[in-house]
Amino acid sequence: MQTELTFDETQKNILSGATTCEKVLDDYLQKIDSTKQLNAFLSVFHEEAREHARRVDRKIASGTAGKLAGMVVGIKDVLCMKGKKVTCGSRILENFESLYNATVVDALLNEDAILVGKTNMDEFAMGSSTENSAFGPVLNPVDKTRVPGGSSGGSCVAVAAGLSHTALGTDTGGSIRQPASFCGVVGLKPTYGRVSRYGLVALSSSFDQIGPFAHTVRDAATVLGVIAGHDERDSTSAEVPVPDYAQFLSKDVKGVNVGLPVEAFADGLNDEVRSNVEKAIDVLRAAGASIYDIHLPHSRYNISTYYILMTAEASSNLARYDGARYGFREDEARDLASMYTKSRSEGFGAETKRRIMLGTYVLSAGYHEAYYKKAQRVRRLIQNDFVQAFAEVDCILMPTSPTTAFSFGEKAHDPLQMYLSDIYTVSANLAGIPGISIPYGTDTKGLPVGVQLLGKQFDEPTILRVADFLESTLKGQES
Amino acid sequence: MSVTVKDVEHVAALARLSFSQDEKERLTHELNEILQYMEQLNSLDTSTVEPLSHVIQLQNVFREDEIRPGVSREDALKNAPVHSEKFFKVPKVIGDR
Repeated sequence: MQTELTFDETQKNILSGATTCEKVLDDYLQKIDSTKQLNAFLSVFHEEAREHARRVDRKIASGTAGKLAGMVVGIKDVLCMKGKKVTCGSRILENFESLYNATVVDALLNEDAILVGKTNMDEFAMGSSTENSAFGPVLNPVDKTRVPGGSSGGSCVAVAAGLSHTALGTDTGGSIRQPASFCGVVGLKPTYGRVSRYGLVALSSSFDQIGPFAHTVRDAATVLGVIAGHDERDSTSAEVPVPDYAQFLSKDVKGVNVGLPVEAFADGLNDEVRSNVEKAIDVLRAAGASIYDIHLPHSRYNISTYYILMTAEASSNLARYDGARYGFREDEARDLASMYTKSRSEGFGAETKRRIMLGTYVLSAGYHEAYYKKAQRVRRLIQNDFVQAFAEVDCILMPTSPTTAFSFGEKAHDPLQMYLSDIYTVSANLAGIPGISIPYGTDTKGLPVGVQLLGKQFDEPTILRVADFLESTLKGQES
Repeated sequence: MSVTVKDVEHVAALARLSFSQDEKERLTHELNEILQYMEQLNSLDTSTVEPLSHVIQLQNVFREDEIRPGVSREDALKNAPVHSEKFFKVPKVIGDR
């Protein structure tokens, strides 16, 4: 079955003539159709993708194919593809059709990737379990009684279950790395500004970033190389050159200084997660990396700071859904104000409304300074912690999540407990730095554990190098 | 600081959301729980810290103000719940109350 191969392996088979893009795609489509109960995809482009695969096969034959020729990719349904629905997992956008392609979509198409479908997600990317999708939850393929993590649960499961080589997700507070950890795949959140957000439906504009899920660090690096770079249509995308990420792979880790935040290994970390992460640390130490304890003294304020700022920005971004120009409209409304209120109250799900309420509260007169401005000040202290840490170390290693995948319903009725499950991931978004989660062993139930590496702004090369090395040591054990 | 059902009603009106009585009570409880947790920020003295609104160094970007193709009227109306040939249609805003 082609769907068990990495993209790197598949592309070799395609270029050697052993298979074709069309055959590879057919295997994936078959698998997508036979695993519908996972609910990973909200739409699948059977015919269009086949046509595209045949076109790429012709380009390969004529020697004009792009870097991603043969790659089958899933796209989180928060990214625009012209003429396709973009639901954001919400009833309010159930029938919305995109008018243009997101820049990342164009970038993938320009390199001949085959976009196979749009993936399920927590409504407007708000959630850590994909239980908040208006179109039903996504199941974790490792254990179907457990959540896949969120909010990019569909994209993550598309890769984990072998329904696509890679998939694009978005990470606002951990929505790529946490599901990657729960499902046992690689998930990469680039530096804020590394990838254009044009055509990404906004959740929290100072945090949102697009990144790949993949089976291997190499495949993730390949996708990043294609989607990264400045875009004049997104003024927050950085004018920083994009390196050839592949040159940092298959290297050793001698002399790399790795920091372990003492705070992240304190109480609240599951023992089995801890022991797997410690194995990764031992492997790096044995391979010549220098391991140091470091301090991120303000990390205990991460969740408060993040959820104040994130909900404030979200409440503002989601004000546009009023039923006037697009999206769901409640027909009964007799006047404009009640049309807004009824459309929004009917169209949004419970968690989205909760966060709009929280965000509106912290921005409202009398509370703006106490909550919003206060959180912006603490955000600077949190970023400064990282600046100081990175003066001493090249990258930081810690768990991606304090636990392995939890069960459906376990946290759904306690919002604060759900928010606290993001405790190790939100810091990268608060500081605007890159982070990657790679699978590193399992707990006694067989559930994957994720190890997270964080780097300096725009230093994806170092975290890719160390992650790739750790991945290679695991493969050595298996064979 | 503690959030009351009345506060929830006020914020809901600002956010253009409506809730049943049960939902209001549940939200009051949940917001209190979350905001109480967030009170921890008050233990930090941030009087000398500048607010951080943007995480990377950015400069304002200028470009020539040239006419470029935009979204056509047809496209703009495509996703409208109700529209006429040229306009978005919404319930009457003024008159006969």
